[in-house]
Amino acid sequence: MTLAAIDWGFILIQTVETSLGLEAAVYALAAVGLNIHFGYAGLLNFGQVGFVAMGAYGMGLSVTLWNLNPFLAVLVGMGFATVFALILGVPTLRLRGDYLAIVTIAAAEIIRILARSTTLGDITRGAEGLHGFIGPFRELNPFDPSTEYGIGPFQVGGNQFFAIVLGWGVTAICLVLIWQLMRSPWGRVVKAIREDEDAARALGKNAYWYKLQALILGGVIGGLAGMVQAIGKATIQPDSFVPAYTFFFWTVLILGGVGRIWSPVVGAMIFWAMLTFFQGTLIALVNDGLIPTAFMDPTQVNQIRFMLVGVGLALLMVFRPQGIFGSREEMMLDVR
Amino acid sequence: MSGRKAPSLWGRFRRREEFEPDLGWVLDESRSKWMAEHTSGMTKPDPALVIKNLRRSFGGLTAVDVDHLEIQRGVITALIGPNGAGKTTFFNLLTGFDRPDSGSVLFDGHDIERMRSHVRARKGLVRTFQLTKALTKLSVLENMKLGAKGQVGEGFVRSLLPPLWRAQEKAIEKRAMELLERFSLAHMASEYAGTLSGGQRKLLEMARALMSRPAVVMLDEPVAGVNPALTQSLLEHVKELPIEGMTVIFVEHDMDVVWDISDWVVVMAEGKVIAEGLAEDIGKNQAVIDAYLGSGHGIENSEEEAV
Repeated sequence: MTLAAIDWGFILIQTVETSLGLEAAVYALAAVGLNIHFGYAGLLNFGQVGFVAMGAYGMGLSVTLWNLNPFLAVLVGMGFATVFALILGVPTLRLRGDYLAIVTIAAAEIIRILARSTTLGDITRGAEGLHGFIGPFRELNPFDPSTEYGIGPFQVGGNQFFAIVLGWGVTAICLVLIWQLMRSPWGRVVKAIREDEDAARALGKNAYWYKLQALILGGVIGGLAGMVQAIGKATIQPDSFVPAYTFFFWTVLILGGVGRIWSPVVGAMIFWAMLTFFQGTLIALVNDGLIPTAFMDPTQVNQIRFMLVGVGLALLMVFRPQGIFGSREEMMLDVR
Repeated sequence: MSGRKAPSLWGRFRRREEFEPDLGWVLDESRSKWMAEHTSGMTKPDPALVIKNLRRSFGGLTAVDVDHLEIQRGVITALIGPNGAGKTTFFNLLTGFDRPDSGSVLFDGHDIERMRSHVRARKGLVRTFQLTKALTKLSVLENMKLGAKGQVGEGFVRSLLPPLWRAQEKAIEKRAMELLERFSLAHMASEYAGTLSGGQRKLLEMARALMSRPAVVMLDEPVAGVNPALTQSLLEHVKELPIEGMTVIFVEHDMDVVWDISDWVVVMAEGKVIAEGLAEDIGKNQAVIDAYLGSGHGIENSEEEAV
């Protein structure tokens, strides 16, 4: 048994595939929203998964309950995320930043628990999850569901391919939007508020209103992430919105570098590449007996790969605290 | 007070040839009679700000308790007083960064008490901070541009349509560069504001405040921690502001600075305005001497000297 016996080619293909796949797109999109919150406006949102859930349920329920067409359903999903942002932001954004952090983490859990509760079971289908909304979206799919799409070794079915294209397409549109926003006077005000809210107010800027706008914008983008996920999986599971996901989005953002346009995308790709690579490698090592089962068995691989991502993140913080795209020069300004 | 001889009233006015603040009224007979009877709260011609019965307490401590104070337009008014006199709280109340328990502030005759801080800034009441607030991760030029008001591109939707604001942005940039030039910061325009020295940050903050062409500029310790050479250039800038039609109020501890640039001095102690007058006269006011040095100081001194 040697390292050479491991099918590195297979692991590598899987790694590339997941880093371009649906999950990576969803995480990238959610982190793009978080980047607006934290990277540009300095808002501490620890409940991004709540926005993801609101987007997904808003869109799903529009179809199952109200039979809306897919485009309206997406608008309703965005509306749900906006309402969530208003509920969180209106009372807390006048206060110090930590209040928003506390409220968001709790509110995101409230959304999940409400969605899986039996009280709302007739509407959200509880823990079983929401189904039956995918039909109208499948009709919009320009790709043939029975054909495989992709390049070389990377092949996925038509429905999956549609979701992936949709995910990355929406991400691209959001990036262009943010790029334009952040080089405009609007972006200047938002960044100024991140640096010092009082200074911005002393110069006549309504800090509260800009923070609310940023919270809504990032939240709606988080909602879009939820919709892409729902379309890709054809189901909305309440327990896919546990708080841990918010912190995966944070990991993605910090990996890429806070407050940079491309960082959520590259961060999400690296995050998923790392997870898949560690999983593939560890399973191969266990199966080949290079790691004794007494130490680790195949069922534990799933947890241990997250530990390794954590180690990776810790190493990043030591050697490149600004993330992949961040500017060290900019980061060091805080230390002065 | 130091032994420095204060310059005469008219000598001061001659130094500023282009502009002379109208303080001649002080020499009116009726006014001087009034001044002899009162230490503060006098009415002035053309006040930019009128403060009435302004009170703010934190728990049992009354931080600000000002019955009546008028700030004359086009005049440099210094706000002095010992530590804890309530100067910064007073500033916060005027600019809306803090809310008074009672009282009102009239700006150009309108009550601005209910306006939030950013609205007051838009109306022309702009301040700087004791601890400089340079926006460190923005460039010096971006810092400056932020100060301009009425920017079309600051709206969310309009920001996405650059043709709407590009021309305005150019004009703002031009003005920003002019001001940076004047404040000797032009060579730093593209650097992060975080790379500036403490003194340069004070300059930047003042220049940024001027971007909005304010009516009243409120400077909270503008030269604290600034080296002497830079202090001098900063003070020259302050002196020029009334020439451009601005009213200046500043808090300062350095009495040389106060004498150098202020026309009018307001003295606060324990939250109250205890005296106001021409910069030349204020040092002779007994209430001021008491507030700064403790009420018994004259006697103690003479006793010490006798021993």
